[in-house]
Amino acid sequence: MIKARVVESAAGWKQLSVIWFTALGVLIIGALIGLPVWGGPGAMRMMVEFLTLLTLAQLWNLLAGYTGLVSIGQQAWIGIGGYALIVVADDFGLPIPFGLVLAGVAAALLALPAAALLFRLRGGYFSVGTWVVAEILRLLVTNSTDWLRGGLGRTLAATSAMARETRELLTYALTVVIGLGVIALVHLLMRSRTGLALTAIRDSETAAANLGIETQRAKLFVYLLCAFGTGLVGALIYLNLLRITPDAAFSVQWTAFMIFIVIIGGIGTIEGPIIGTILFFVLRQFLSDFGEWSLILLGAVAVLMMLFAPEGIWGIVRRRWQFEIFPVHRRIGASSDDSHAA
Amino acid sequence: MSMLVVDSIEVFYGEFQALFGVNLEVAEGETVAIIGANGAGKTTLLRTIAGVLCPRSGQVLYRGMRIDGHPAYAVTRLGIAMVPEGRKIFPSLSVRENLLIGRQSGRKGPWNIERVFDLFPVLRERADFPGIDLSGGQQQMLAIGRALMSNPDLILMDEISLGLAPVVVRELYETVQEITRAGTTVVIVEQDVTRSLQVADRVYCLLEGEVSLSGRPVDLSREQISLAYFGV
Amino acid sequence: MDWASTIVQGLLLGGFYALYGIGLSLIFGVMRLVNLAHGDLIVCAAYLSLVLIDVSGLPPLLTLMIVIPGMFGLGVVLQRGVLNRVLGSGPMPPLLITFGISIIIQNGLLLMFTADTQRLPAGSLETASVPLGGWVTVGVLPILNMAIAILAIIGLQQFMGRTDLGRAFRATSDDPTTAELMGIDSKQIYGLAMGASLALIAVAGILLGMRTTFGPSDGPARLIYAFEAVIIGGLGSLWGTFAGGLLLGVAQSIGAAINPGWFQLAGHILALLVLAIRPTGLFARTRDL
Repeated sequence: MIKARVVESAAGWKQLSVIWFTALGVLIIGALIGLPVWGGPGAMRMMVEFLTLLTLAQLWNLLAGYTGLVSIGQQAWIGIGGYALIVVADDFGLPIPFGLVLAGVAAALLALPAAALLFRLRGGYFSVGTWVVAEILRLLVTNSTDWLRGGLGRTLAATSAMARETRELLTYALTVVIGLGVIALVHLLMRSRTGLALTAIRDSETAAANLGIETQRAKLFVYLLCAFGTGLVGALIYLNLLRITPDAAFSVQWTAFMIFIVIIGGIGTIEGPIIGTILFFVLRQFLSDFGEWSLILLGAVAVLMMLFAPEGIWGIVRRRWQFEIFPVHRRIGASSDDSHAA
Repeated sequence: MSMLVVDSIEVFYGEFQALFGVNLEVAEGETVAIIGANGAGKTTLLRTIAGVLCPRSGQVLYRGMRIDGHPAYAVTRLGIAMVPEGRKIFPSLSVRENLLIGRQSGRKGPWNIERVFDLFPVLRERADFPGIDLSGGQQQMLAIGRALMSNPDLILMDEISLGLAPVVVRELYETVQEITRAGTTVVIVEQDVTRSLQVADRVYCLLEGEVSLSGRPVDLSREQISLAYFGV
Repeated sequence: MDWASTIVQGLLLGGFYALYGIGLSLIFGVMRLVNLAHGDLIVCAAYLSLVLIDVSGLPPLLTLMIVIPGMFGLGVVLQRGVLNRVLGSGPMPPLLITFGISIIIQNGLLLMFTADTQRLPAGSLETASVPLGGWVTVGVLPILNMAIAILAIIGLQQFMGRTDLGRAFRATSDDPTTAELMGIDSKQIYGLAMGASLALIAVAGILLGMRTTFGPSDGPARLIYAFEAVIIGGLGSLWGTFAGGLLLGVAQSIGAAINPGWFQLAGHILALLVLAIRPTGLFARTRDL
């Protein structure tokens, strides 16, 4: 008696969405390429911040919203990424792009033993565990007073030889390429069969395992991928900021930003974090000192959204207007949708 | 006036409809059986009466008062107790403690722990064992005893014979008849059609979420019941 | 290193961690919920006491009379008003909500009290100490804390084992739907459980404030210590959490004696080791709550 049909949400929109998607893509890329020209250094800096935060949010979204691994310790990889960049570029003299990639690799390598331990924990205990991992790394760095200068932190010297405009342009270009690349990768992953498997794991790990999905491997893959991505972005962040200290790099505030952006924007969607990041930046303009009040406000809005609109702003938009820019959702249609052939 | 009236209820699990306009009446002191194949909606019906599920339309009336939409604990406190499918004994609690939980409804009446032990002596022997250490039949007795402890006027029993040997089932149903003789109204859901017909004053048959047949066992023929049970 | 003194100090320190862990364990046992704002609420309690002392001039221990019921009420409101709404929707919403609350509390405290560290003036209790066996002296305050932790556990066990309400807690923890069928209002139970957890937090917070300085950002560390006490001791066992707390304190104490910067790290490493070698914890039981 159940008439159900899995309808790829792009069905029926397929032609429209391809044109729409391409047009949007061209527009965005064009604007980004042109930004240094018509925006200047201030706009470039802001875009770097925007893109790094957006990428971090998309990665957290993949980890928590899609796979159900609620990490509150992503700052671990940001810190590792930042410090790895400085060590590789300054201490070993390798070029910046190498430094970026190795930053991601370093994070992923550390994420491996972390996962081995953390995956023994479930639910909230897993979350606190991720925080403990970040704390351990913070303490180790703070105690490395010779090599990493401990609590005093370090400054990236490798780019000091360049002219400021060149450095800023380089940072900008790298951020745009890497940021968009990671976001595209996340999107592709969510749309793939692996993405479907991840949602199955999130919804019920036992059921997914019973269906033959290799849950442990899938979870590990996503965890390592997100660590790599976050490490990479961490390196980008400190390529931009230049100065790193353990307390700032390994601060839980990074995770707080990621979480609030994703919740407010819309968990489990690609568009959600974009909206969330935009709102975040708008908020920052209004609350110029961006201190405690903005965090309280963000926190309160996030809590209220979880209570009354857990799908976030984009979720509300999607429901009311049945509209998607980056379709990743599969919908179970009732028999009335028979008209849409799948 | 009937004690319990179920009036055209439609019950959904998400988008999936389980009950399509079911009507049912139980008079005070009656024993009513609900039979039907797996998936027909019997447990859904019972859980809706108990308050675990809420009908999307229709009503459930208990002594003339609407109880649909009330939370399960409120329904229990009004006098409807449930022996859930699968026994659902609390694993962390001993036999005695499982029975004492039954008192949470706060209702007064003839049932207390000693009387339940008299009804099911094996429970007295095992009083301080963990509830789940009992055999299937003993757990079923515990579940029934637990329901009795809330001094209900109406007991809903969901598949108490499930997974039990015939001799155990016979014992259980003898107890059920003692309970009904004491004046308690009982609604049982049973897969075992013969047993239901023996024990019930009236029978309802569910087929794919609708009542396909109702009446007194003596008035219904085997063919009628088969037809109503399996459909065509 | 004076081993005896280090270990004794570690055990006493661990008594505090045990008390943090018990509150966390209680909530997880009853509702499978990890309150990420646990540590921040401990700090919050200390600040509440501070305000009361300012306003009324009461000594810190007496402020317990107001803070305990106050935080109990806060817990009930928090649970019934906020967390009960999302309890059925999977593990993520409560985690994210309590995380949000944690951030709100930290920044709220920062706004109200600035980042300056505070201390609850405990008068003579701060430094009062008692010689133990001749080679070691122990502070009265940590002993008091240890006694309270032990009493709390015994009290909880008696409550769970012997009272109707305690049985209702255990039944609800086992199977909330069936508990409801027995006439138990699970939402009310959850509210009371959170209230009880916050009452324990209130005590922990005030004792913390009397023993050491505290500041708005000290919450997360307390959450981590509570978590580690549970991990080391084992899920599902209150006495296990107690032992876990003590072991954590000892590990930290030994670490600090070797190198002051190793204080927290030593505890983290112990927790990781236990997780690696005996994932269920050292004294795990399947069910205690």
